[in-house]
Amino acid sequence: MATQHSRSAARLMMAPAVMLLLGWMLVPLIMTLYFSFKKYLPMRGGDLGWVGFENYARFVTSSAFWPSVYTTLVIVGGVLLITVVLGVFLAVLLNQPMWGQGVVRILVIAPFFVMPTVSALVWKNMFMDPNYGLLAHLWEFFGAQPVEWLSKASMTSIITIVSWQWLPFATLILLTAIQSLDSEQLEAAEMDGASAPKRFAYITLPHLGRAITVVILIQTIFLLSIFAEIFVTTGGAFGTKTLSYLIFQRVLESQNVGLGSAGGVYAIILANIVAIFLMRIVGKNLDA
Amino acid sequence: MARAVTTQRKIINTAAAWAVGLAIFFPILWTILTSFKTEAQAIADPPLFLGFDWTLENYSVVMERSDYAKYLWNSIIIAGGSTLLGIIIAVPAAWSMAFVPSKRTKDILMWMLSTKMLPAVGVLYPIYLLFIKLGILDSKIGLVIVLMLINLPIIVWMLYTYFKEIPGEILEAARMDGATLKEEVIYILTPMAIPGIASTILLNVILAWNEAFWTLNLTAAKAAPLTAFIASYSSPEGLFYAKLSAASTMAIAPILILGWFSQKQLVSGLTFGAVK
Repeated sequence: MATQHSRSAARLMMAPAVMLLLGWMLVPLIMTLYFSFKKYLPMRGGDLGWVGFENYARFVTSSAFWPSVYTTLVIVGGVLLITVVLGVFLAVLLNQPMWGQGVVRILVIAPFFVMPTVSALVWKNMFMDPNYGLLAHLWEFFGAQPVEWLSKASMTSIITIVSWQWLPFATLILLTAIQSLDSEQLEAAEMDGASAPKRFAYITLPHLGRAITVVILIQTIFLLSIFAEIFVTTGGAFGTKTLSYLIFQRVLESQNVGLGSAGGVYAIILANIVAIFLMRIVGKNLDA
Repeated sequence: MARAVTTQRKIINTAAAWAVGLAIFFPILWTILTSFKTEAQAIADPPLFLGFDWTLENYSVVMERSDYAKYLWNSIIIAGGSTLLGIIIAVPAAWSMAFVPSKRTKDILMWMLSTKMLPAVGVLYPIYLLFIKLGILDSKIGLVIVLMLINLPIIVWMLYTYFKEIPGEILEAARMDGATLKEEVIYILTPMAIPGIASTILLNVILAWNEAFWTLNLTAAKAAPLTAFIASYSSPEGLFYAKLSAASTMAIAPILILGWFSQKQLVSGLTFGAVK
């Protein structure tokens, strides 16, 4: 009888959060679906009627589509590779006995707290500028021709900037995972004569497997929609137009809402495929 | 003998870790250093590391010339407001899920998480249009609402995780000793919940402060926070390294400091408890 009462109270307490999120999810989603079947040009005539799947077909057949898919895959793949490999290395390094471990941790984590527009601009101007950037000075110091990073090596530049932002995240999570490793197991292996590389390959790495998967999935979801880093550096030029950026341009810059919305539906489907895998892992860990 | 080896290894570890740490931190350090240079020193060739005349001029110029205070205020209102609003809505929800769990609690949590995966760009136009229709484009209240909604799943999730750790036995013991429900909430639950709520607030202020999709696309002159203010430096006429650095330093300093306090929460908060 008391439980019945507390159950309905519980439902009432949950209602605002559930309703708000439901609205936040459904309203824009339905609107995007609606627009995606319309020829809708706000600046040039507005709603020009239903067009069926034409926007979907046009979006994937436009000359910008496949390059944007390629760009997205290269950026996401490149950043994942760099952050996971360096993240594992850093996590192992930071887990060793040393002096000033806390301070080093703070230094390594810091980039994660820098707002994306700041990190993109600092890299763009103070490091990658072909005239005044630090990298130009460094290249000159070694007698090399300074590189015009953001136009001639645009993908490398973007991947560098984004990796710098996300390396702390990977490191922090992998470090947390590594610290839960039973040190007795490692010591036992060492006594049995297992070399350091072997201990790493057969004990540490398998232990990190789950954390690595989580890092990959969460980062993929965020990386699929990186925006500010491209917005303030290349503005989508020099082959750095990702799928998200292409949709952004279709919707807000060229105001072709129908076409952009069809692109948006593709992006939502893509993100959901990744999300399913992530949710499965999170769900397994949730003993509710 | 064994001890000597350990010390030697410790020295190598320390040197390697500090070298890597400083390399990763270097862009931030360089920005902070440059903010104290004159514009000429900022682009000096070869670059000046420490041997320059330290000046605070850039800070005063940025403050005076660019309405820095306005952007800062917008950032504070947007990050603080969205977090507080989120907490007010999430505390009861997380509370009931943690203390009165039902068969569907897990499904609701997972569903909330799934709304976080919706790519922003996929719903950019609808939100943009709704904002125009509601007259809240380029307004602080509009951004408070959007940032609250995108962070609400994380807030609920984090609070749920913290509340779940409060042991039910304590409540039973208190009841045995004759505590009323009101006393239970005031003297036992609230004190135990405060650290969790504080950590949640901390992480979400950081996330909202740095959010750079909605803040760039839904604001113009009036409600633009620091993310948009810094983005305005990307135009060619804004190529003043020392002033860019001063503006950047001011924009990231408060969050950098808050962030260092939130390392632990960051892991559980951003992995939704999948890594502890």
